[in-house]
Amino acid sequence: MMPVDRGSSPEPARPAEGGRTDDARLIEALRRGDEAAYRTLIDLYTATLLRLASMYVSDQELAADVVQEAWIGVLQGIDRFEERSSLKTWICRILVNKAKTAAQHEGRTITFSDLGDGELAPAVGPERFHDQGPNRGKWSIAPQAWDRPEERLLSKEAREVVERAIAALPANQRLTITMRDIEDLSSADTCSALGVSEGNQRLLLHRARSRVRAALEAYFSDVTDAP
Amino acid sequence: MTWKDPLGRIARGRRRRAAPAVSDGGELTCQELVELVTDYLEGALSADDRHRFEAHLDGCGGCRAYLDQMRETILAAGGAAGADLDPAMRQRLMDSFRDWRSSRDV
Repeated sequence: MMPVDRGSSPEPARPAEGGRTDDARLIEALRRGDEAAYRTLIDLYTATLLRLASMYVSDQELAADVVQEAWIGVLQGIDRFEERSSLKTWICRILVNKAKTAAQHEGRTITFSDLGDGELAPAVGPERFHDQGPNRGKWSIAPQAWDRPEERLLSKEAREVVERAIAALPANQRLTITMRDIEDLSSADTCSALGVSEGNQRLLLHRARSRVRAALEAYFSDVTDAP
Repeated sequence: MTWKDPLGRIARGRRRRAAPAVSDGGELTCQELVELVTDYLEGALSADDRHRFEAHLDGCGGCRAYLDQMRETILAAGGAAGADLDPAMRQRLMDSFRDWRSSRDV
């Protein structure tokens, strides 16, 4: 598979989807103490780990410490890694464990049984639907297809809208959407790294995506309505 | 960015584990459908619910636009990834590596 161009900022090539072969090569090299393999790994995953760590602890410096500890954990554990998950998932799981410990020291915890904003928060507000009569439950204000989304979602402004919406989510939703949609981990890998059930993961993801969509919808309609 | 789901991350109704149906087996309303979009994209709907979901979409432009927006949202979130590793951080991590390697060499 071709590397995915995610916009203007250059980033290191990602391993092919389901890159177990790449994983195997990196793991074997790391076990030999190969520095280039390690550098490849830190270039690939440190941004991901920092992003995840910063959701557990209160400041960037602490997040950087957690990430460093996680990499040390990776090195110390690589001989025992049994390759039952992808390398990325395993690394994320080590990070999550270190981050949870650090968060506990700070008196912060993130729970996944609690869905963050009440289980009843709807994906779309009730004011958008007819609430009585034969059209009950149908759109009263239907969504309008976004104009040229493929161009406009790549704009700096739209990215900021997405990032602000994600930053405003409850921590467990933010972690879930970050792992799934930003870092592109599979559902199974996300559940495994976060220690959350498939069902709860889907609910958290649903809430998170719904809110980001709503933010983008507001952004698109503002732009459209502007004179 | 290629706009046709380059990572195959938007599963189109791959079936995995059935989520409970929301209502009594009749037609879905728009308000019910929006709550099923993630289960649909994750392939987590039962065959029956998936069928009802798609039957509703066939007759509802608003819900088709909504589903497109959810797909576009997922791709837009993917665009938030990627930052270059700060040189100081890289140095720190390389130092950890050298410590580790020398500790296992003794």
